[in-house]
Formats: sequence, C-alpha cells, structure tokens
Amino acid sequence: MSAAADLTHDVRELEQQMRALRGDFPALHQSVNEHPLVFLDSAASSQRAQPVIDAVTHYETHDHANVHRGVHTLSHRATSAYEGARETVRDFIGAASINEIIFTRGTTEGINLVAQSFVAPRLKAGDEIVITHLEHHANIVPWQMLAATHDITLRVAPVNDDGSVDTNAVIELLNERTVMLAISAVSNALGTILPLGDIIPTARAAGIPVLVDGAQAVPHSHVDVVALDADFFVFSAHKMCGPTGVGVLYGREALLDAMPPWQGGGDMIREVSFAGTTYNDLPYKFEAGTPNISGVVGLGAACDYLSAVGMQRIADYEHWLLEQLTTRLQPMDDIRIVGTAPRKAAVVSFVMRDVHPHDLGTIVDQKGVAIRTGHHCAMPVMDRFDVPGTARASMAFYNTLEDIEALVAALDVVRRMFH
Amino acid sequence: MSTADLAQLYRDQVLQHSRAPTHRRRVDNATMAVTGNNPLCGDKLTVYLTLHADTIADVSFEGSGCAISVASASMLSEMLSGVERPHAQQLINDTLSWLGSAIDTPPPTQLAKTPISALAAVRQYPSRVKCATLAWHAAANATHNQSTTVTTE
Repeated sequence: MSAAADLTHDVRELEQQMRALRGDFPALHQSVNEHPLVFLDSAASSQRAQPVIDAVTHYETHDHANVHRGVHTLSHRATSAYEGARETVRDFIGAASINEIIFTRGTTEGINLVAQSFVAPRLKAGDEIVITHLEHHANIVPWQMLAATHDITLRVAPVNDDGSVDTNAVIELLNERTVMLAISAVSNALGTILPLGDIIPTARAAGIPVLVDGAQAVPHSHVDVVALDADFFVFSAHKMCGPTGVGVLYGREALLDAMPPWQGGGDMIREVSFAGTTYNDLPYKFEAGTPNISGVVGLGAACDYLSAVGMQRIADYEHWLLEQLTTRLQPMDDIRIVGTAPRKAAVVSFVMRDVHPHDLGTIVDQKGVAIRTGHHCAMPVMDRFDVPGTARASMAFYNTLEDIEALVAALDVVRRMFH
Repeated sequence: MSTADLAQLYRDQVLQHSRAPTHRRRVDNATMAVTGNNPLCGDKLTVYLTLHADTIADVSFEGSGCAISVASASMLSEMLSGVERPHAQQLINDTLSWLGSAIDTPPPTQLAKTPISALAAVRQYPSRVKCATLAWHAAANATHNQSTTVTTE
C-alpha cells in the first residue's frame, strides 16, 4: 500500500471518530433559520462538550460552597473540585507545579495581570515592549495603557503579505531596552501559527521575559509550557469547549513569587490587620475574592475531555479540515483568502469581491451557517491587509466536510444575491 | 428562513443604492460634517450638510460600510436634499423611530413613499438595524450642530 493510500485510510478513520464526537455537543444539533446549524465560529468561542456541562451541573447541584474557607463538608468538596481542576490544568499544559497555575477570568485578565504586576513595577524611561502586528486587541491595549502612563515604547513586528511573521522580524526588535516580548501562539484573525520555537529561545537567551497569548493554541494542539519555555502563558476556557469567564495564567514560579499581588481581597491574604497585611502563597496570592468555582470545574472537565480525544488527533484532523476548506475556496475567483501562511490553524479569513463581510455574514446565517464577520478584535490586522473586515470560518474537531460544503453552498447564495 | 426573506432585505432598490450610491462624495466646505462609527463592525461614514439659510442645500457622504449602511446613507442624502432644517429633523426622527420599531409597523405616512421605506425588512435583523441607522444618527447630530462624531453599538 502506498503512503498516500495509507494517509487516506487514516483520515477516513479519523473523520469517523471525530464525527462520532459530535454527539457530545448538544448545541450542534439544532436548526437555525430553518437549516441545520453549521457552526464555524469556534475561534470566537467553541461549543461546550456534554461532560463539561455535566461537571458544572453536578458541582452546582451537589457540591457548591465557598472554597478555602469552611470546615464543613461542602466546602471541602468545593475546594477539592477547584484544586483538583488546578492539578488537571497543570498536567494538561505540562507545568511543573500547581503554584504556577493562576485562575483568571480569561486570557485578557491574564495579560493585564502580567502587565500590571510584573512589567509595570520594573519599567524605567526608554524601555520597550515588543508585540507583533497580528495580536488580538487583548495583547495590544494592556501594553498601550502602560505606554500611556510610562515613558516607554511599544514596538510592533511586521507581518508578511501572506500573514506570516518572520522570526527575524521579531528578533530584530529585541534589545537591552526590551522588558517584555508579548506574542500570540496563533493569530485569531488569520490562523497564522507563529514560529515561537525559534523566537523564544533567542529572547530567553537575551534575558527578555516572554508572554505567550495561547488562547487560539490550547484548543487545537498539544501545549507543553516547559518545552515552550515562555515565562508566562495565558489562555481561556471558552475556546476549548469549557465555560466563559474563566482562564489560566501560567507563570514561572520564581517570577510569580517575586511579583506583588494585583488585586487585594479575601483568599489572597495570610493575615490582615490595620498595622499591615501579609499575603498568601502562590497560587492564591493572585486569586483575590471568591473565584469562578463552577467555571474552573468546567475548565478541568474540558481539559479531561480534550485529553481523552487526544490533542494530536485533534491537530491532525483540523489540519485536514483546513486543507479541505482552503482547497474549496482557493479556486473561486471572487474570493480572496486573507492569510495564507504555510503554517496555520483551522481558520480561514476571506473576503468576497464587491460584498461587505457583514452582508455575507447575514446571508449565510440565513442558511444556518455561523461565521464571524468584522475585524475579529484585531483592527491593526485589517488595516494591514487593507480590508474593513473579513469573513472568518474557524473550525474545531467537531466540524465535518458537510459543514464546509454548507458554507460553500451558502456562498453561492451570497453570489446570486449580489452579482 | 428562505431566500425570499433575504430578498426582502436585499431588495433591488437597496442593492442599487449600495452599488451606485447617490451623493457619495466628500465636501470640504460643508456647514457640518459628522462621522458615524459602528465600532462593533468597523463601519465608518461621514455625512456632510451644507446649509443655505435654514435650508439643507446639499447632503453627501463618504466612507466604507456594508450594503445596508451605504444604501441607507444614499437614501438619506436623497431625502434630505433641499429640505428645510426643521423638516429634516422631523424626517430623521421619524426614520430612526420607524427603523427601531417592530417588523409589522408600517412606515408613517411621511415616510411611506420615500426611499428608506425599502429598508423595512432590516428590522428583522437586530444586529443590522444599527447599520441602517448609522448615517441617520450622524445626520441628526449635523442638523442640531452637535458633536462631530457619533457611535452606534
């Protein structure tokens, strides 16, 4: 048997296995505007897996009390569910210690925490923070806010015409004034996978701290924070089949330990008196107030679910989906794919000639096809490619070839209406 | 929802206005220029009004947006050209309140035969109503000499 035939066989099997998982996602099985829902907006927020819904419901139904506080049984149960999820997350991303896993409201809060607690106290006039042109607003604005109040400069590594970012374009901006390199693992707007494996070792060798926005990476490929060797790594539960309003800041323990608390309140203290307050140890020092306990429980269940499916299988299948969708759209002479980097996640951003993305989005929605249209919280990317916005189909392992065909058919409806 | 429903939204009159908008031009010496932003989708239109005494002698717009927002701005330009300012304010109010009304509300008589009545179906698409109202919010500010930017969200 030839290698190609082998691959085809493997893909067929993988496709069948992934198709079976659709049963785990109740939201996928509904009609929208009288058509079967075709959900191609997972980069904005993925659908919830039933085991995640069940874990949250079980917690809410049986185990809820405040964590780290009471001596009673429910408080114990809630605490062990919450701390159990911390261990699950640690294992999922390969961190060395649970002290390095801080629960946040999401990726955005993680970046703001690092900006305010790690970077701000170290800033001196003339310092520089380096990002790329591909960043989500969440990895631009917190740094702009620092630049507005400190005499520092935000430097932006350029993006190529195909949506890729060259390793050298980032490295060239690093120097002795750089106090942070904050960079996405995967672009939410274009799907570009950034060459972190080449960039991070250079930054680290120069003693430059690195924060990775992993929101679009964690759901789609195996992440090992030790191998990646970033100082901080942030992500959100709701893009990985988990709940909204919860996410993770991973940080190197020595760095987190030396950082001042970001927010003050309950749970983050050891002793409070009006003479002075001492702070709790990691990770609690950064978790002021009652946390999103059920959200964390759901996040833990999402990690377990994705692990059971297998991150490598997810990555392989989604790459195949990306190839299928790209192959379908590329020959259409009225469609331009924005972002054709050699290494991409399963995201296809595109524009149709003479049709504004919003009109396109409204029309395909009437055919049950959910895609994101607009600037994708990455307005500088839109400016770079001189488009007001794009239509973006983003896929997860629960998508199928039929979903791709439904989008293609819906694009024909757009065409007939506008051309 | 069927293709026929979509055809109600993207009616020929709407598509004609969006493909070949009337009054789409920049005016450097306008009496008022107000820019409308829809930050959610990045649409940005500037409406120019030139007043002679209290009459709107010229209306135009420029900017980028979807078919609905461009068509609506084009319709607005046709409807307000040559109109006395107080009457223009009334037309703007009537249009904004009708575009925000339930789908079965017929246009008030003063709008019934105007170009904007072709956008009736937009009221079925809550996320798109703000596309239709963007230029009208800008024009409302312009006729009241109010701030030079407006935002719909």
